Amino acid sequence: MGRNRTELSVPTARDAGLTGCTSCGRVWPMGTEHCGRCGARLRPVDRSALQAVWAWWAAGLICYIPANLYPMLRTATLGHEQTNTILGGVIELFAHHNYLVAAIVFIASVLIPVSKFIAIAYLALAVGNEQRAGGHRHLLLYEIVEFIGRWSMIDVFVVAILSALVQLGAVAAIHPGPAAVSFALSVALTMLSAQSFDPRLIWRGPARTEGP
Amino acid sequence: MNDTPIHELMACPKCDALHRARHLAPQERATCARCGALLIAPRVRSFLHVVALSFTAMILMVGAVFFPFLKISTQGMSHASSVFEVAMAFSEGWLAPLSFAVMALIVGLPVLRFSALIYTLWPLANGRPAWPHARRIFRLADQLEPWSMAEIFVIGTGVALVKLAGLATVSLGPAFWAFGALIIVTALKNAFLSQWTIWDAIGQS
Repeated sequence: MGRNRTELSVPTARDAGLTGCTSCGRVWPMGTEHCGRCGARLRPVDRSALQAVWAWWAAGLICYIPANLYPMLRTATLGHEQTNTILGGVIELFAHHNYLVAAIVFIASVLIPVSKFIAIAYLALAVGNEQRAGGHRHLLLYEIVEFIGRWSMIDVFVVAILSALVQLGAVAAIHPGPAAVSFALSVALTMLSAQSFDPRLIWRGPARTEGP
Repeated sequence: MNDTPIHELMACPKCDALHRARHLAPQERATCARCGALLIAPRVRSFLHVVALSFTAMILMVGAVFFPFLKISTQGMSHASSVFEVAMAFSEGWLAPLSFAVMALIVGLPVLRFSALIYTLWPLANGRPAWPHARRIFRLADQLEPWSMAEIFVIGTGVALVKLAGLATVSLGPAFWAFGALIIVTALKNAFLSQWTIWDAIGQS
C-alpha cells in the first residue's frame, strides 16, 4: 500500500553525510574512522565489504568438499569396523527406518549448509541489482542465514558426544573421522562470510551502489 | 532532521535509515521505520536482571562442566562422560585443535561473555560510572554472541541420544540438566539486553 512511498521518504545516515556505527547505532560525520562512543571501527556503506564475503564464502566451500568425502565417524562393534560419511550416515539411518533422525541430520548437515552457500551468493550478487522496495525480502533472507548458520555445528557436537560416550572396549567404540574438522571449519567460515555481509547495502538500490 | 544535534541521531544497523533516538518509557519499543529491525527496547531495572542472570549462568556452567553428563550402559558394561571429556573426544592425533574449539564454543566463550556483561553492567546497575575499558569489553560480549553455542550443544545431545537408542541404555546426569537450565537463563538474559540503552549509559558516564 503506502509502503513504497514511506521507503522513498526515509532518509539514510549516508544521505545526510553521516556514517552510522553498526555496533551501537550512533552516527558520526562521514570520514570518521572510529566510533567515539563504543570504539568500533566505522564501516562506510560500500561494496568493498563484499570482497570479504566472497573470500570467506570460497574458503567455506573448499572446506565443505572434504567434509563430504571423508568419514565423519568410525564405528567398531564386536570386531568389525565401519566408517560413515555424512551422507552415508543419513542413508543408513533411513535404511534402519529412523526417518526422523535421518531427516534432522540431513537438514542440519546437508540442506542447511548447501542452501546457505546459495543464499549468501545470491545476496552478494543481488546487491545493487534490486529495487529499493525489494529489500524486505532480501533482509529476511539475510536474517534467516545469520540465525540458522550456527545450528549446522550440531553435527560436530553429535560426533563429539558419541565418540566420548561410546567407549565400551571391544563391545562398541566410536571415533571421530577427519571430516569432523573440515565440516566444523566450513561452518565457521560461512558464519564469518554471513557476518561480513553488510545488510545496509541491500537498501541502496541500483543507481546508488557505486561511488562515494 | 537537519537541525537535530548529531548525538541524538541513530542509524539503523540493518538498513542505515536515520532516526531521532530518545529515551523510551519502560514498556515502549522502537523499531526501524523502514526495515522493522528492533532498535531500542528498555526494560525496568534490566541492568540488574542481566547481572543476576549472568551470575546464575556462571554457577550453572561450573556444574555443567564438572558433574557427569551422560552415562551409557549395555551388556554389563558402562561408561560415564563429563562435558570436558566430550570436548576431549577429538584430542587424539591431528584432530586436537577441534577439541580446543569445541571446548571454547560450549564453555569458554559463554563464560567469557557472562563475565564481560557482569563487568560492564555491575557499576551501571549501581548508578556508578562504567569501569575502565567497559566499551571494548561490552563490544567483545556483543561480537561473541553468535559463537557461544551452548544451546546447540544441548540439541546435539538429543540427536546423539536418539542415535544410540537401539544400541545401548543412556542415562542423563546432573550436568545435562544444568546445561538445560543454562539455556533458559541465557535466553532470559538476552531478552533483557538492550544494546542501545547500555551504550547510552556507558556513553553518559
